[in-house]
Amino acid sequence: MSYSLRKIGKLASRILIVLAVGGFLGATLVRLAPGFGTDEEELDSRLSQTSIEALRQSHSQNDNLAVFYLHYLGQLAVGNLGTSRTLHQPVRQLLAERFPETLKTVGLGLCFGWVTGLTLAVVAVMSRSWLVDLSASLFASVLLCIPAAVLALLFVIVQAPGRLVVGLIVFPKIFNYARNLLEQSASLPHVLTASAKGVGNIRLLMWHILPVAAPQLFALAGVSVSIAFAAAIPVEVLCDLPGVGQLAWKAALGRDMELLVDLTMIVTLITLLANAGAEMAAHPLQRRES
Amino acid sequence: MRWIRMGAILFLVVVSSACILADFVAPAPYAQQFRDEPDAAASRQHLLGTDDLGRDRFSRLLYGTRVSLLLAPAAALLSSALAALIGGTAGFIGGWLESCVMAITDLFLSLPWLFLLITVRALLPLNASPTSSVIITFALLGCLGWGAAARVICADARRLCGSDMILLARASGIHGFRLIWRHVVPNLKPVLYAQFWISIPVYILTEANLGILGLGVSEPLPSWGSLLRELESFSSYSGQPWQFVPLILLVLTVSCFHIAMQKQETWA
Repeated sequence: MSYSLRKIGKLASRILIVLAVGGFLGATLVRLAPGFGTDEEELDSRLSQTSIEALRQSHSQNDNLAVFYLHYLGQLAVGNLGTSRTLHQPVRQLLAERFPETLKTVGLGLCFGWVTGLTLAVVAVMSRSWLVDLSASLFASVLLCIPAAVLALLFVIVQAPGRLVVGLIVFPKIFNYARNLLEQSASLPHVLTASAKGVGNIRLLMWHILPVAAPQLFALAGVSVSIAFAAAIPVEVLCDLPGVGQLAWKAALGRDMELLVDLTMIVTLITLLANAGAEMAAHPLQRRES
Repeated sequence: MRWIRMGAILFLVVVSSACILADFVAPAPYAQQFRDEPDAAASRQHLLGTDDLGRDRFSRLLYGTRVSLLLAPAAALLSSALAALIGGTAGFIGGWLESCVMAITDLFLSLPWLFLLITVRALLPLNASPTSSVIITFALLGCLGWGAAARVICADARRLCGSDMILLARASGIHGFRLIWRHVVPNLKPVLYAQFWISIPVYILTEANLGILGLGVSEPLPSWGSLLRELESFSSYSGQPWQFVPLILLVLTVSCFHIAMQKQETWA
């Protein structure tokens, strides 16, 4: 139990360090972005020179990078993620509006990718049929060679649900990796012995093959979250799904660095949590195997 | 399998030669507009028709392939060199330096690739000249893509430093730069080559994604990303299936890269 707590503490501190360093790099990007510290109000011809100077003075407190970062962290601690320069809305509100859409896209995509990828990998390994293996591998290879944005465009053209694209991007990675893992596990001596003794396919899979491959499959689950979030950007932009991927693209075109950095940090946090969760889930299995 | 691999390499050689010789093969310059023939169908004069600005699609495909096919390896070379420098140094020296470098690598790998790319791309001018946009796009890919490769190279360098061969070299009085140059680098070459080759298709696909999103190479210079962007205006009613040729060429090229480097993938 104490070991588990120590492990959780280690994972949490690693996440915090990565976020702190990432936050600093992000704050540096925001601080160095062209146009930082200037306000649209400065263009108001009705303002006197004194008012414009006062406006500039109010921004100059953020000139020092360290002060700016501390101020940024302080605001972050009270849940203030700043205001989007292009959309003129608080980032927190934008995230609250758009995150559920992205979670839906990513969640459905991951489910589709995992169910299809793992099922085909299991069928390819257990059936030992070259036809199944070849056709599934060909399908995965073709998908691996098509950019997510093109798949999204093709889905728009044929008017298919765009959310599936995330699944099709995740699928080949899951299939290829899972098939190799299961193949390796299936060729272990104890599995061959069990098979020779007449153990059934389902029992062989559930008791001898999957438990060996499970730790790495959990690690793959963590990585697939990152892949799905990255694929969500072109999918949401091209299929017109109002999620954070589309928001990130709008922020990039509008050079809204504050919003972009916040989005990147949040997606990084989710990725890190997913990886940590996968690591924790795989730990008991790894111990059992060793 | 050997024949398929040879076929893939041959295809890549043919495509690369065609795009390198684009100045001689292409029927028109990539930016030349045939203003009387916008959105023209495929014909003997325009093999793949013209786009909505009247530019010859076949010429643009050749020049676009040149941009993507020549600069993706350049970006891969940059990221492999960075990975060799960072990962190799960390693995060779070890200790706290290795821990720090691996922590930075972890940070890089934790950031979703496309989010990181568009964030850094947004920091740079979006209204850059076409040539600058090409350099910016591929330099970004090269500068940000070293993380995974550095991890592999660091692990390999660490393994190599603990090997009997290096121990013997050290005992024989070989140290410092000579040890690295004569004994470590030659043994890291297979992993470096593998990292270089597996990065190329990744960068080709990423450039295509960025191009379609309008964050890649800017007009009028063509690249696979900007050529595929044309599919946005595709309509089954207009009946222009030749708009899919860039997509087919991209899929074939990336597939051929995957087939040709299967040996390298086992190294990576």
